[in-house]
Parts: sequence; C-alpha cells; structure tokens
Amino acid sequence: MARRISFLLNGELQEVDVEDHWTLLHLLREKLGLTGTKEACGSGECGACTVIVDRKAVNSCLYLATEVEGKEVLTIEGMAAPDGSLHPLQRAFVEQGAIQCGFCTPGMIMSARALLDENPSPTEEEIRQALAGNLCRCTGYIQIFKAIEAAAGQWRGRAVEAIARRSE
Amino acid sequence: MQPEHLCAVGKPIPKLDAVEKATGKAIYIHDLKVPGMLHGRILYSKYPHARIAHVDVSRARRLPGVRAVLTGEDIPSFKFGFYKDNTPIKKGKVRSYRDEVAAVAAVDPDVAQEALELIEVKYEALPAVFDPEEAMGEGAPLVHEEHRTNVLRLPWKMHLGDVEEGRKRARFVVEDRFRVTWVTHCCLATSGCIAMFDASHNLTMYSNTQIPSLAQKDYLEALEAMGLKGKRVRVIKACIGGAFGSKLDTYPYEYIAILLAKVTGKPVRILFDRREEFTATSGRQPAIIDISQGCDEQGRLLFRDVSMILDNGAYTSWGATTPSVMMMPISSLYRVPNVRYEAKCVYTNNTYAQAMRGYGNPQATFAIESSMDRLAEAAGIDRVEFRLRNSNQPGDVTPQDFRITTCGLKECIQMVRERLGWERPKAPDEGVGMACLIHVGGGARVYKSDGCGTIIKMDDYGKVDVFTGATDMGQGADTVIAQVVAEELGVEVQDVRVIHTDTDVCPWDVGAHASRTTFVACNSALGAARKIREKLLDMASRQMGEPPEGLSIQNREVFSLSEPEKRMELGKLLRKAHFSPSGQMLMAECFYDPANENLDKTFRGNLSMTYTFGAHGVRVKVDRETGKVKVFQYVAAHDVGRAINPMLLEGQVYGGALMGLGYALTEQLVLDKGEVMNPNFRDYKILTAKDAIPIETCIVETMDRDGPFGAKGIGEPGCVPTAPAIANAIYDAVGVRMRELPMTPERVLSALMEKEKRS
Repeated sequence: MARRISFLLNGELQEVDVEDHWTLLHLLREKLGLTGTKEACGSGECGACTVIVDRKAVNSCLYLATEVEGKEVLTIEGMAAPDGSLHPLQRAFVEQGAIQCGFCTPGMIMSARALLDENPSPTEEEIRQALAGNLCRCTGYIQIFKAIEAAAGQWRGRAVEAIARRSE
Repeated sequence: MQPEHLCAVGKPIPKLDAVEKATGKAIYIHDLKVPGMLHGRILYSKYPHARIAHVDVSRARRLPGVRAVLTGEDIPSFKFGFYKDNTPIKKGKVRSYRDEVAAVAAVDPDVAQEALELIEVKYEALPAVFDPEEAMGEGAPLVHEEHRTNVLRLPWKMHLGDVEEGRKRARFVVEDRFRVTWVTHCCLATSGCIAMFDASHNLTMYSNTQIPSLAQKDYLEALEAMGLKGKRVRVIKACIGGAFGSKLDTYPYEYIAILLAKVTGKPVRILFDRREEFTATSGRQPAIIDISQGCDEQGRLLFRDVSMILDNGAYTSWGATTPSVMMMPISSLYRVPNVRYEAKCVYTNNTYAQAMRGYGNPQATFAIESSMDRLAEAAGIDRVEFRLRNSNQPGDVTPQDFRITTCGLKECIQMVRERLGWERPKAPDEGVGMACLIHVGGGARVYKSDGCGTIIKMDDYGKVDVFTGATDMGQGADTVIAQVVAEELGVEVQDVRVIHTDTDVCPWDVGAHASRTTFVACNSALGAARKIREKLLDMASRQMGEPPEGLSIQNREVFSLSEPEKRMELGKLLRKAHFSPSGQMLMAECFYDPANENLDKTFRGNLSMTYTFGAHGVRVKVDRETGKVKVFQYVAAHDVGRAINPMLLEGQVYGGALMGLGYALTEQLVLDKGEVMNPNFRDYKILTAKDAIPIETCIVETMDRDGPFGAKGIGEPGCVPTAPAIANAIYDAVGVRMRELPMTPERVLSALMEKEKRS
C-alpha cells in the first residue's frame, strides 16, 4: 500500500509516496537519489546507513520510511552548507586522515554529529560508545577519534565565540 | 635530482577524494545505475558436494519481470582462475555451498530474488571432505575427479643450505605445530559489478577490481569462449569500498553478469548482500604449520624447517600461491643459513581461498615469531636480545638470494623495546610481547611484468592530469602519486588530478598487490613527471632566454636560479607554447618495471628491489577468570624508506594492526561441514570502535636508494606481526603458549586450565 508522507529532509519539506514495507534507506537511496547513505549489511549491524531522525542517530536500514512522517531527517547530503563549505566534522575527517575507502564515512559522520549535538565535549570513551555501532575495516578508528575530537574542539570554540558576541 | 627542500613529499596531505567521500558524493558500484539496467541474482548450492540431477527453471522464466535464467547447461564451457578449475555456473556437480547453480536477470532485485525461489534443483548428495588432512588420505572423496587427487600440483618445495646439518650443529632446537583458520576481508562495501555490451559486442565492465589490467585479460578470455573473439573490454572502476586482497581475482559473479548481459542485451548489475559477502567471497585459508628452528650456544639461528598443509577449498584462486610469499619470512626473517619449506594445498568441499593483506605472511610469521620466543627461552636468552642478535642487516644476501639494501629492523626492535618500556615492572598477569616482520617493499615479480604505466598531460592553465595504471582502493595511492608529481613539477598537490579508473585511458599495471603501489606507481609517475619537467624547462629556456640548467620550478612558476626575480607562471608558459606556430602541448609517458627477479626453480632470485621491515610490541593483561586478553599498549615500528605521506602511512599501520588484532583474537569464519555458520557482523567479530586500541607508530626512515624519494611499500606490513606479538605477550603474562588462532577467551581459558592440571 502506498501512502503519501511529508517530512523535513535536510531542511527542506519533502512529500513523497512510500510503500509500507520500504525502509528509510530504500526511500533515500532508490527513490530520492540520496546515495550518500550507504548500505553495507542491511540488518543494523554495521552503521554505514546511519542518518539522524529528530536528532537521534538511527540505522536507516531498519527504520521504516513511513515512520518519518512529520519528523526531521538529516543525511550526509545535508551536512555541508548550501555554498558547499564543509561542516567542521567533515573537514576534520578529511584533515585527520579519518577516511580511507570511505564506505563507512557518511555513517560515521552522522553518528558523530548526533553525539556532538547532544554532547559537545565528549570524552574518548563517549566517542567510542557513540561509534560502537559503526564498523570501519580500514582505519583502525584512531584517526576517526582524532577527527571527532578536533571537530568538537572547533565546536566549543564557536560556541565560546557566539557567547562572547552575545555579551558584547 | 631531488630538491633539498620538499614542498609536497613528506607532508600529511589529505586523501585526494576525501572531500567527495565526506560529503557522500563519491560514487561506488552500489550507487551506479545505467539506463535499462537489469538486476542479477545467483542461486547457490544447497549441498557441499552433490550431483546436480535436474534443474527446472520453467517457473522462474515465466515470472513477469524476469529477462533471463541461466544454468550451467546454458552457458559456453570455459574455465578461469589461476588453476583453471572454476566455472561461472556449475554443471554436473557442485563442490561447495557457494557453488553457483543458476542465475537470474530481472527488472528489479525483488523479482530476481523471487525467481530464484521458483527454481527447482534436484541434488544427489555425494560424500564430502572438509578437513585437508583427511582429504589427503587414501579413499577420500575427490573434489575434482579428473584431477585424481585432492592435493594440488604446485611446486612449493624449497631447501636452501642444509637443514639436517644445521639441526645437527644446533645446541637448542624447538618444534611446534601451529594452526590458523579461515578469516575474511570484510570490506565495508559488498562485491558487485555492472556488465554491459555496446552494439558491436564490446564489453564495458564497471568493477571494483584491484587488478584492472589482469581482469581485462580474464574478461577477454571469457568473451572469446562466448564466441566474441577480438572484441574490446573496458574496465571502469568506481570507488572501491575496501579490498585488502579480496579483489585480486575475477570471480564467478562477474562472469555471470557478463553472460546475463550478453543474453539479455541489457546492462546487468550484480550486488552481493552481506550474507553473500561472507559465504561467496574467498578469504584467507586455514593452515596447519609445523615448524622447527635451532640455534647455537650464542643464540645464532642455524636452521628453520617449516611444512604446511593449506585448505584450498573447492576451487583455486591466489590463496594457493601464498606459499610463494610465505617463503619470504621463512627464508629471510632474521639471518638463518639453512631453510626448508614445503606446502601442500589441498582441495576440500569448503569455500575457496584467496589472498588477504600480507599474502600468507601473517600466517607464516605467526609460526616463526612464536617459535622465536620459544627458542629464545630454550637458549636462555632475552627475547629482544635474541632478535637483535639475529637481525637482518643492510648488505645481507639471504638464502633465497634476496639482496637487502636498506634495513631498519634493528632500529625498529630497539624503538619498540624503548617505547613499550620492555623492562618496566609488570603487574600480575601482565605481559609484553614482540614480533618482527619482513615484507617486499619494492613490488614483487610474481607475474611476468611487475610494471606500471603513467601518462601525464598538462593543460593551458598549469593543471596536471596523471593517468596511472595503479589502483586506489582507499589506501591513498592517488594521493602519494599526486604528491611526487607535484614535487617534481613544482606545482601544488591540488593542481594534480590522478585518474586511475578506466582501462580505456589508463596504461597497464599488474595490480594493487604486494604493497607495491607506492614504490612502483610512484616511480612510474616520477619517470613521466621528469620528462614533463625537462620539456617545461626547455620551453621556458626558449621563452626566457636562459639555459634549461639555469632554471627551476617552484610555486607554479619557472624561475632563474641566478636571478630568482626572473620568473614565469607555468600556465602562461604553457599557453605561449600551445598557441604559437607549430604549437606544442605537454604530454609524457613512462612505463616503469622494477628490476625485480622472478624466483627460479629453487626459489632463488631477488624478488624485490627492496624489503621492508618492522617490529610490533604489545602489552597485555590476561584475565584468568575469563581468559580474555586485554591489549592496552601497542607500539608499531616500521622501516618505510621514507614517509611520502605520514598521515596516510599511519592510517595503513593503524588499520593493518587492528585487522591483525582481529586475526589474533576474534575473527574466524566458522565452517560446519562446509557451511558458513556466522555470515554476519554479529557473529563474525571484526573489531569495533569500542575495541580499538591506542597504537603508537614509530616511523624509521632508511631512505631507500631505489624508492621514489626513498619510499618503500607499507600497505600490508601493519597486519603481519600482530598475532605472534600478542601470543608472545600472553605467554609472558600467564605462561601459556597459544598455538591456534584466534586466541579467543575460551581457548586461553582452556590453555590455562590445562596448565593448571599439569602442574
């Protein structure tokens, strides 16, 4: 059964007909052409398909498309600014060598984004916990941790600047 | 000559495609769609060994949306693989659970899957054999009847020096049997391809191969068997989502896509799901390893004697050739004058074996380095001292006639000892361990050519396009090539684009194996860049009125060495040369084939122009209650020649070491009578972010005279010595010698209990 749903996708209102059995991953990749979100296991074990729904990181391969009705979805395509400038997490992943084959990268970045949105100063243990569901076979994770720490530092820096500006 | 001051080489430049990958714009096979494309699916065997009595595909063919159904009876007969024992779809009998029995092309993947379920296959089960030792026995079921024996006819028998004489002279001798098991690459992106024919029956293959040029040859042979002789094959690589050796061969699914594309006249894509990736790709094979080594009173190694039985599985891929690489550490890790090695590869009804990062070296080094600790103990010599005493040195010629040029092994060992705090007092059940490695560092002549071609062109704006035969699969081949070219041409790395994706435009390369790409492809790129540089200076000389030797290039400008203010921007120079009577465009090519030697019949020959060395040290704590091994300190020292890109290099070491840690502690493809019991990430344990360990890398730069800017390869070494380093640390911690991988808590615990029983 097809039904029409509407939701906010990367900041824009999206109206689309979906079948009941579609996953969010299927909707994004096959119907909306957003192939940045990857499928690597299809059963919620690897995190490559991670997107953010209402500020929480979810495995889009296990999330029914109909469930996003009225919600806010953020994918890797919505991370950079409209002018193309990279989000601090993306920049840090690039600069810290956190990307090799890159297939886990979009999911990693989305998990990291959900973490930093909730906790801008995570400890390494908290970073490990947040990424526990995102498998990477290339990097040994070390440069991914470094990238998230670097981005978190910038995040805090921006927050401090914003507070300083407000108090001026 | 190399400039004194380096602008691009030695810098932590981000990987060229990192921004594309970080934004989700990078395109993998999974993201590619071609107009009119059909979706292929494969039906696999339900038995490990059986006659195919009957296949009924009539219901599948009638399903709306199905465009083709093929069985072994419908396809031309041709064999592929290193031993030519494999076919795309099996006919007559199946030899393993992964055997392809039928294939479907349909308008969407769901229809294709539904069609598979409508195919009826009648099997007559045959007796099967899963243990290589049993398979060698008399009366064992034959996996390939026409082969008459399950033991492959391969020449893996080497004896250099005189092992028996060495054994006689040895004061201390140790003997052990070690076992390693099936593991698999676990690339995050699953396997896949798209096959399509043009109107003249030329094939285009979208592939994620590590061997575009050799794959092209394989596909050409297939086309010939299909009656398409003299056609062209174009291999286009999308981004490769991990490889680690898994894509060094061509596989049944690729030929099936080609066959389906041929019969339907439509492009056909086959994508594996994760279950297929675990069950129908080829991993690293199990081995039973017998090793003995001996040394004299002073601890000098006198002999090393190794024999192995390898489970080849049901068909033959490069896994059966890993003994040719295992010979390297067996003959040449440390100075050992007398060496013997014999390996038997044996057919079974299991999945079949491919090479995986290290190409046999991790298996062999597990046995050698575990045995080294045992021998040091037998001789009463400190384990580090024992290794230093036997260390390879520059100028050595090893029993296989490997000529060691640069060698930083001693420095690596000393660095690990120091950084790990080897002498530091240890808590109860804490232990330290070390293991070393040798690997080829300058490619390896395992094929007739070990070469790589490069074409470089410069445009009117000073931008550089480098067309290389090399393959980037995430390791950063693209980036190091750009760095050496930028360095040579005095431009910025971002001015250089590296095209490594299309056999129609890229020259030949033997493939991304043997950690050869940095050495071979960068030397090739440098060769072409030097020609471009010469032409640039020649053009500039005419335009600037200075002799070429009085000019140099830096920051995208040619300048006079005597009057540095006299300079000309490269783009301007190029445009002037282009848009003038009898104009000129800048292009150059180079084919570099290192002076590596094929091994002769006795397995002697200088396989590689240079060898790479390393030492890993670990500190572990063993939980006596659970058997769990916690690794809490890890130092990895590598002689890399020169780090062209220290950041990417560290990434290779981190990733390799963590893969090695999985091999050591957690990873095992569990086969029960040939059937994979854990075809998912929940049950096949690759290490997660929670398991990641801090790894300290020590880069030893020995500036190899033949390497590009002094560099050697580093792709594989990181995963080679991990398992023995951990086994040695476990022994140091609790006194049990682990002889089988993976060293799971169950195994450690049962070893502890065994020890308690004995004492």
